[in-house]
Amino acid sequence: MPQFTDLFFYALAGLTLLFGFLTVLNPLSRSPVTSAMFLVLTILCMAGLFVLLHAFFLAAVQVLVYAGAVMVVFLFVIMLLDLKADERRHINKIAVGLGGLSALAIAGTLVASIVKTVPVSQTVGRLAEGETKALGRLLFESHILPFEILSVLLLVAMVGAILITKKDLR
Amino acid sequence: MEAINYLNPTAQMILFSALKIGVVFGVVMTAVAYAVLVERKVSAWIQNRVGPNRTSPFFIDYLPVIGPFLVKLGIFQPAADGLKFLLKEDFTPNYVRKVYFWLAPAITVIPALLTVAVIPFGSNLGSEKMVIADLNVGILYTFGIVSLGVYGIVLAGYGSNSKYPFLGSIRSTAQMISYEIAMGMSVIPIFILTESLNLSDIIRYQAEHGWMILKQPLAFVIFLIASFAETNRLPFDLPESESELVGGYHTEYSSMKFALFFLGEYANMIASAAMMVTLFLGGWTMPFIDALNLPASSLLLGLVHIGVFFAKMAFFMIVFIWVRWMLPRFRYDQLMDLGWRRFIPLALANIVVTALVVALFNN
Repeated sequence: MPQFTDLFFYALAGLTLLFGFLTVLNPLSRSPVTSAMFLVLTILCMAGLFVLLHAFFLAAVQVLVYAGAVMVVFLFVIMLLDLKADERRHINKIAVGLGGLSALAIAGTLVASIVKTVPVSQTVGRLAEGETKALGRLLFESHILPFEILSVLLLVAMVGAILITKKDLR
Repeated sequence: MEAINYLNPTAQMILFSALKIGVVFGVVMTAVAYAVLVERKVSAWIQNRVGPNRTSPFFIDYLPVIGPFLVKLGIFQPAADGLKFLLKEDFTPNYVRKVYFWLAPAITVIPALLTVAVIPFGSNLGSEKMVIADLNVGILYTFGIVSLGVYGIVLAGYGSNSKYPFLGSIRSTAQMISYEIAMGMSVIPIFILTESLNLSDIIRYQAEHGWMILKQPLAFVIFLIASFAETNRLPFDLPESESELVGGYHTEYSSMKFALFFLGEYANMIASAAMMVTLFLGGWTMPFIDALNLPASSLLLGLVHIGVFFAKMAFFMIVFIWVRWMLPRFRYDQLMDLGWRRFIPLALANIVVTALVVALFNN
């Protein structure tokens, strides 16, 4: 049923944009916790978009990693920092400028990649052995070097974070 | 019933799914209510008490022998408890952050109920598979949804805007995130062996090759203990340890909102028990008997399979309850130490060993 999927796509895409907008600019509340919660909703809607693309693995991982782990820790830090002063502060013009610039850069990259992509035939058939296995093969066979470099990078970040918390080691 | 055959496949799918969702929801809710009763009875037996034995509705007088016996078992206690929760005053302190205070109980319950959707609780009745959503990434879906359960507790602490709930919610968050890692890693060897993330496939594998608990006892132990931490049950119930934090994250809640937190906890217990049965104890299958090991060929066998699944699940529920009344509470640093410095390395070692064995012997 193509109409149904279309309907879901527009609803989810609209909600993603709406929640994303409310994350950065919420007219009702300037609480950072509310912003974080809207970011969680944005991530969940994006997971829904992945499901519509039949990328179930990505959708599950999106929820598991971003919504379930990363954002919880974010929320944690925000709540502990108690940003009451920040709720009332004026809008920082430099930050807005830089933020706008990076948003434009990302939008430019996305548009460029969409324009450059050669459309494949309309029916991208579902992979024979399931998308999780295909993804695993792709990561561990053809892209093994970048994958391992990324994991070392993450490990370095982790060790660095632990080192910062250990005062007696410095 | 004939009319069902004339519907198109989509309509049939929607109808049967709705039916399954309704039945499973009803069963889980009833199971939650009676798990509370079992908890009270078991704790009573362990502590040499009697437990709930008074609640009797008006019609009990008309049942001669069975009536008083049922009353003694406390069969009607859950109904009375539920009614009490509904009728008590729902008090909202004036210093709370209203939106989050109201949202938190709902966010606690919803993920717990969503987890049940991917669990195959039987083989099939007729041609209908006994699972609501037979996802190819079933187990990842479960972990994703379970990880969202933290939000209910975080927001309860934040929304209550008071000291003890906040401390409780912070403890709970740290605990759940830590044990999620150990839990997630403990099941990876199962995927290495079964080569699938689909829970039905995992059950099929166990029917052919024997239960997973025999092949991966270490993974089972880690998963079992981590699920105690995930459900915030003793010996890891630090988020709500009464002696230090009053009631933890639900200190400020009353009436039905309070009940929802408990509903969430018990629904989580049921979901964990179901996951353990599916991953380690072969789901609805029974070894050595072919009729119970293969998908059901008749309605009766289908029902028997569902019965087998529920019996195994009930066993784990009893274990959950039994442990709660037998063990003292851990200290917080012990809890973290156990999670990060014992279970995660053990689970990692288990992955490496399993992968090595599979690589060496399967080729």
